[in-house]
Amino acid sequence: MNRARLFLPVTVFGILAVVLLLGFTLRDPKLLPSALLGKPFPAFDLPVLTGAPGERASRSSLLGEIRLVNVWATWCPTCLAEHGELVRIRRETGLSIVGINYKDDSSQARAWLREYGDPYDFNVVDANGDLGVDLGVYGAPETFLVDAGGVIRYKHVGDVNRSVWDGEFAPRIAALGDSNKGEGGKAE
Amino acid sequence: MIVELGHFATILALGMAAGLAIVGYSSATNVNWYRLAGVLAFAQFAAVGLGFGALVYAFVTSDFSVLYVTENSNTALPWYYQVSAVWGGHEGSFLLWTLMLAAWTWAVSLAGARVPREIQGRVLGTLGLLNAGFLLFLLSVSSPFERLIGGPAEGADLNPLLQDFGQIVHPPMLYLGYVGFAVAFAFAVAALLSRRLDAVWARWTRPWANVAWAFLTVGIALGSWWAYYELGWGGWWFWDPVENASFMPWLAGTALIHSLAVTEKRGAFKSWTVFLAIAAFSLSLLGAFIVRSGVLTSVHAFAVDPERGLYLLAFLVVAVGGALVLYGLRAPAIRARAQYWGLSRELMLLCNNMLLVLALAVILIYTLYPVAYEALTAGEKSSIGPPYYNRAFVPLALLLAAVLAAMPVSRWRRTPVVLFRNIGLMLLVALALGVLLPLVLGGAIAVGAMLAVGLGLWIAMTHAADVRKRRRSLTRSYLGMVTAHLGFAVSLIGIGVTSEFSHVVDARMDVGDSVTLNGIEYRLNRVERVSGPNYTADRVEFTTGTGVTLYPEKRHYPARDQVMTEAGIAPGFLGDLYITLGERLPDGSWGVRINDKPLVRWVWLGALLMGFGAILAITDPRYRRLAKRAHRTATSAPMSGGAQPATP
Repeated sequence: MNRARLFLPVTVFGILAVVLLLGFTLRDPKLLPSALLGKPFPAFDLPVLTGAPGERASRSSLLGEIRLVNVWATWCPTCLAEHGELVRIRRETGLSIVGINYKDDSSQARAWLREYGDPYDFNVVDANGDLGVDLGVYGAPETFLVDAGGVIRYKHVGDVNRSVWDGEFAPRIAALGDSNKGEGGKAE
Repeated sequence: MIVELGHFATILALGMAAGLAIVGYSSATNVNWYRLAGVLAFAQFAAVGLGFGALVYAFVTSDFSVLYVTENSNTALPWYYQVSAVWGGHEGSFLLWTLMLAAWTWAVSLAGARVPREIQGRVLGTLGLLNAGFLLFLLSVSSPFERLIGGPAEGADLNPLLQDFGQIVHPPMLYLGYVGFAVAFAFAVAALLSRRLDAVWARWTRPWANVAWAFLTVGIALGSWWAYYELGWGGWWFWDPVENASFMPWLAGTALIHSLAVTEKRGAFKSWTVFLAIAAFSLSLLGAFIVRSGVLTSVHAFAVDPERGLYLLAFLVVAVGGALVLYGLRAPAIRARAQYWGLSRELMLLCNNMLLVLALAVILIYTLYPVAYEALTAGEKSSIGPPYYNRAFVPLALLLAAVLAAMPVSRWRRTPVVLFRNIGLMLLVALALGVLLPLVLGGAIAVGAMLAVGLGLWIAMTHAADVRKRRRSLTRSYLGMVTAHLGFAVSLIGIGVTSEFSHVVDARMDVGDSVTLNGIEYRLNRVERVSGPNYTADRVEFTTGTGVTLYPEKRHYPARDQVMTEAGIAPGFLGDLYITLGERLPDGSWGVRINDKPLVRWVWLGALLMGFGAILAITDPRYRRLAKRAHRTATSAPMSGGAQPATP
């Protein structure tokens, strides 16, 4: 009976290993779960971080343009690391970037944007992380590529740096632009 | 050519590690094989050292035909960052990891004269087996020696975040700690295999556990300090998955070095101690998996490769699963009859262990919760932020402090109640000071800081009183313990005060503007353009009303087209002033964030004291006398020598 107790650690470890294996193989963390790829961006209705009092944004605010939707928070060091790249993308390519300020303190978030620059067209405040759950946000930062029809085309987990931009986003955005011209907005 | 030689030496090292595993396990029965194990341990270290040296050479000569060099270095990088860039990416840092394991293995082989051959052979065999696994991983899926056909003329440069003194010292220290727990792990496996789990076993293991713990403590503190000044927003701990990955083995290791004390002195807690020895290294491995598999995202995450993740997971299952099965089969199942009563020192150390393991369990569950949640709900996701961690961890840390403060008066087996009366009075004084000091100096009521200061002072008082009482019979191991405990108190006070009494203000400032924060006036004097070896920067000069000058910078690194903020910090024993620059606004003014951070240095100072105390404890002549008594020779290496080969 005492002997059985000594096998408790290996049992717990076994469960842990299975969880890790599932977590690891069910999904490559850098890839979008197929459930969301090609699906419309989830509906939301949330306050705007730097807007007039009472101003809100919804899914329709995303339509009409190819956008990056970037999930970030001031408590996330990686977000700071990627922030400069977002500022650069905005400045050099003019691409629209929308922020989801995720489980964060809004006054700190506004201070952050004042301090480090604001590459976002607008930010929505996802204080409880509800939109994050709908989006399957795994941890900040995450960045979604959303086409003009509001359909999610790509997702990147982790920071957007120069090589991620050059290798993952820029080609897809170029392709989206081409197909929109060629096929008349298939995304709709 | 040099790089190929290094690659070849690393392949040889794999052979030697595998050989060491075979020879080590076989040497229990054959004395010649045993001698060979010592030779192989050295040869393995030399071979990995050559591999590592070749990579360093490729970096300092900017050999961009090597892929790994191209990805992580640049000709404009100063030489010391070129060297530290060797461990700036996944492949090279893993080579450093194997080098350190080889160094530990060699050290064990040198210091092993006092350990029976059967145990020593199995310890070396286990270490060889582990390093064989790591080297195979390195050579098969993450080789830093890959060549590029027609390499570029210039490299991509080291990530600017890593171009820092912190990158030079933090990873090596941390890895020495992580990998150092492999020695305690190997001793645990050897003891289980040899069915030799007793107080003597604890005495062999203890110095190794202490050294590894000291390195890990200092490594974590360096990482925290680095994050503080480099990430540029004054935080020093983020409960980031990778920080947790280093903190979990630290908690297990802390429990281990205390549990080892009970096993050595009282022969109790045997199964528990051996379990902790396995757990500390297992958690180091888990950390390696978390960082390198991409299963969790973090600021520290390396480039993700599914092959690597699967290999590491398989390795984790074999090494940890194997050790735990062995534990289930061989650990002493019969509980030692209770030999302690009431508030004995055993009971206090048991409380210490329970609190540490509880904290560990909470952090483990929180860290893996997002992974588990996703696995169990087939794709749904969730995440946990710092407030969750603080809510669970802070009360546990305060309870631990209370137990620690009462420790000096406790006695083995049974503590006379009268001894607790003296420290009760000290508690009242300490808590009164704890309430008054923050109130008077900080001007606010903050329960967390008051408890931290009060308990920290209580620890200092009870330990000081005990040192005074024992002043005629102070041993180094006792002084080491006291130093480490005072270090804990210093960190505790620092964390409590800086968390609750820091001030921050965001302002828009132009040349000549002033801002006042917490009674100190900060004036922006001038802005100048400066250039570093591989960046250009705007440097802003601030002076304070108290005559301090600070120079925060905004740097631009052209190789990666990256902008970095370099904080301007005026460090002080009683507190830091800390300024970071935001964006330059269109009208030429600057977004500025000004912090003052009282006692923030104490957080790391305490950790240094803890590490120093752990090392001091094992220089106790007691360990050397033991060595001599066992073998009647003067040639046994002192235990403090264990860390030397790996220390730069």
